Amino acid sequence: MPAVDLLFNAGLIAYLAGSAAGLIAIRRPALARCLTFGMALIGALFHAVASAMAIAKGSTTIWSLPSGVPLFTWSVRLDPMAAYFCLALGILGVAVSIFSFDYVREWQGRRNIGVLGFFYNLLLLSLALVFTASNVFFFLVAWEVMALVAYCLVSFEHEKEETRKAGILFLIMSHAGTGFLIVAFLLLAVASGGNLDFSSFHRLASQLPPWNQGAIFVLFFLGFGVKAGVIPLHVWLPAAHTVAPSNVSALMSGIVLKAGIYGMARVFFDFFDVPPLWAGIVVLSIGVISALLGVLYALMENDLKRLLAYSSIENIGIILIGFGAAMMFRSLGYPNFAAIALIAGLYHTLNHAIFKSLLFLGAGSVLHATHTRNMEQMGGLIRKMPATSFCFLIGAVAISGLPPLNGFVSEWLTYQALLAGFGTTTSLTRVMFPLSGALLALTAALAAACFVKAFGITFLALPRSEAAGTAQEVSGSMKTGMAILATGCAVLGLGASWLVPFLDPITEQAVGAHLSTAFVTGNGFVMSAGAARSGTVSTAAIAALLVLLSIVPALLWLLWGRKSVRSTGPVWDCGLPGLTADNEYTATAFSKPLRMIFSALYRPRRAIEAVFDVSPYYPKAIHFESEIEPAFEKRLYDPIKESILALASRMRAVQAGSIHAYLAYIFITLIVLLLFGARG
Amino acid sequence: MTDAILAALLQLVLLLAIAPLVSGFIKKLKAFFQSRRGPGLLQPYRDLHKLLRKGMVIPNTSSWLFSATPYLVFVTALLAGLMIPMVSAEAPLGLFGGVLAVVYLLGLGRFVTALAGLDTGSSFGGLGSSREMTIAALAEPAMMLAIFTVAIGANSTSLSELVRVAIAQEWRFLAPSQMLAFAALFLVVIAETGRIPVDNPATHLELTMIHEAMILEYSGPYLALIEWGGAVKQLLLMTLLINCFWPFGLQAGWSVPGVLISLAWLLLKLTALSCAIVLVETTNAKMRLFRVPEMLAVAFTLGALALASTFLF
Repeated sequence: MPAVDLLFNAGLIAYLAGSAAGLIAIRRPALARCLTFGMALIGALFHAVASAMAIAKGSTTIWSLPSGVPLFTWSVRLDPMAAYFCLALGILGVAVSIFSFDYVREWQGRRNIGVLGFFYNLLLLSLALVFTASNVFFFLVAWEVMALVAYCLVSFEHEKEETRKAGILFLIMSHAGTGFLIVAFLLLAVASGGNLDFSSFHRLASQLPPWNQGAIFVLFFLGFGVKAGVIPLHVWLPAAHTVAPSNVSALMSGIVLKAGIYGMARVFFDFFDVPPLWAGIVVLSIGVISALLGVLYALMENDLKRLLAYSSIENIGIILIGFGAAMMFRSLGYPNFAAIALIAGLYHTLNHAIFKSLLFLGAGSVLHATHTRNMEQMGGLIRKMPATSFCFLIGAVAISGLPPLNGFVSEWLTYQALLAGFGTTTSLTRVMFPLSGALLALTAALAAACFVKAFGITFLALPRSEAAGTAQEVSGSMKTGMAILATGCAVLGLGASWLVPFLDPITEQAVGAHLSTAFVTGNGFVMSAGAARSGTVSTAAIAALLVLLSIVPALLWLLWGRKSVRSTGPVWDCGLPGLTADNEYTATAFSKPLRMIFSALYRPRRAIEAVFDVSPYYPKAIHFESEIEPAFEKRLYDPIKESILALASRMRAVQAGSIHAYLAYIFITLIVLLLFGARG
Repeated sequence: MTDAILAALLQLVLLLAIAPLVSGFIKKLKAFFQSRRGPGLLQPYRDLHKLLRKGMVIPNTSSWLFSATPYLVFVTALLAGLMIPMVSAEAPLGLFGGVLAVVYLLGLGRFVTALAGLDTGSSFGGLGSSREMTIAALAEPAMMLAIFTVAIGANSTSLSELVRVAIAQEWRFLAPSQMLAFAALFLVVIAETGRIPVDNPATHLELTMIHEAMILEYSGPYLALIEWGGAVKQLLLMTLLINCFWPFGLQAGWSVPGVLISLAWLLLKLTALSCAIVLVETTNAKMRLFRVPEMLAVAFTLGALALASTFLF
């Protein structure tokens, strides 16, 4: 057996051993914690190495075991695209498992850590199998296990009503999504003559009649879209990511959403050869809408984890902008541009996995220290938790797409792809590219505002509550987990021009074009968008120059500033006795201008009640309430829910509880079947 | 290699030297329009010199971010300035980043400034950060549409390439798409540099300030770095506008006479653009905050029209 499969299988076995250990040591929490997360760490390390090797070699490895059940084989295929997602899984698995050692310690004796470890390992296992399964049934089994395990993990703190509701919503939507997938796979299986291996679907969908192509595309997009959390299928996401334990939220946002993205990549760039043009337009448009609405909702959140969850929707949108553009370029016959757009989407997939997990781990550390998710209760943590705040800041800069970190690289690539798109067609569709670019710019700038709020209100200035005032820095393993991911943001950012050419095998496999030589200029130091003429950037040089240019302020200081006396003093408090946390801007206030500007979307409602004795000008207490309308829940899901309930209550008439009626049903069914049989 | 380093150093010196002069000129001209005498042209240099030597008070509520911000603001503005073609069609560090890198580097400066505003704990800082990020977010799509319009013409985001194409087509700036894009970018530059009618750089009135509110707690050398960085940012945005739309007189290489000619033209055009900015500043009153989105919506519409009119010509 070659090294890659050996390592990969060893990883799978480690996960299995980890989940078994969780059950065996269920009564010994300390042991369960070490064993389960230790095995998960080992498994993730194996997977990270195996998939990095697979990508570097650019080869496809296949191995399979018969299962004894017809049409079902345990066939695993580690091709470059699968390996890429496994790499993300491996990196996150390592960092999150290390983080978990200390994070779950406080639950020892209060919650069942063995069970948590059991499900945690199973989640990693099922994700690895989702990315590599090559048989329809095997894939669907792994997919369902992943959904069920994720449900169990989300509902871990099930004594809370909020958690149970979020878990159920996730389960229902997840299964609705799987329903679409099953139909889509059946359509493909019919076309392939009953062969259920993914290799037989390669480029198959494009040979079907247009209506079938459309149906397959729509069904897959809906099915995987639920998991990825694209708007309007996103409503489960903010609820589930918020209530899950933070190490689980990090995996959910970092990699479970990416299972949906993986599915789309597999369908759009493997099962389809040249997708219909309108499919690309749909993906691009939904991507833009998800990105913009995701960040607009994120901005309004004061719950740190909910804010991060909405921001995941935004980033999934950015990934889909890349995918949609790549599909359009495929249809328009520009494989090189398709490669750039696909790389933009895929690179953002890995980037988002890393910085969003980092931010969720940071939020978990804050939650651990202050026991609240409400940003209005935080503040001043930068002094109490220097390491956490620094890592969170790195994540915030990266997710805002600012140079020289990794978010900037993928957004830059997305802009380049969109810019190139204008020349690919003369029809009106070409206006979509620059318009999407402009809306992407709006999204990115709003994301920056959102993370100024998230970081500024949470970590800066004075503590707004006693819990924040007495918070303490988290312990070693949690810091290590965050530091690994923060380093990842820097490496993927600064090393982009060296790392991106490794994606060549994937673009070769997906769109039949590879760019490595055209992609890099200036001794591998500078990244270009296909050709040096069309624009270049070097994040490494930007970082180096930012350091180098600090010679100028240093010279200024040497020349004049040395005599400047530096002292600290209180901030002006408007004449009140001392500045307190009450003087600080709040999270609600920070996003107020945007709430007013986009009030058509938010439909904000607010109520102010003042309690006063003599005159309304001297209130004793003021009660302020403000909320925005959850548009999708109210306008889309509530009507669906109500019509399902109405239908169900009508159906009740059929189930009257009378045995005579039931006998009549059986009789009628029998006759219908007989007629059907006789006709055939 | 040495030529490139020399070019970068020359542009660095020019950026640092001219930026306060442009600020001083705008102030002087504004005073003239308002029938005041105004401070001398060299006043910004004196201010910077004074601030650099003065003592400074750091708020006791703030963290290391407050101290790191002035450096980052200054350095990102300088680096962005080195990525634009200024006195030659060749941007000294154009290889390391084009127009997108410039926009995002300025974004990095804004990001840390907004954090520093929140870091002081005073409500003014938070107020400034909130407004600045809001306005920047709304200005961004208009700016990107205008940039895309120009970039599509050159089929590149490299600024040297953009300018080269603009030079090659002498009367290009008269094309409707270019004029509309220019108008959109002009509005964006007014918003980005915090000038009337969006923000008033000369006021410390709590209700109206945006940028000044964020940096209210800075003093001494830190304030000098922020002010100088702000002046460099203003200069680089103006230069970008000038060289992308009216590049005439701009020489291609890095020869001594070429740079001198380009510099003379640049100063002339900066004077003209400053006049335009001053005209806008003196004939308009500061807008209410919630009118600013309308102005930026106009900029966005202009950008969209610019894009649409590339179909026609």
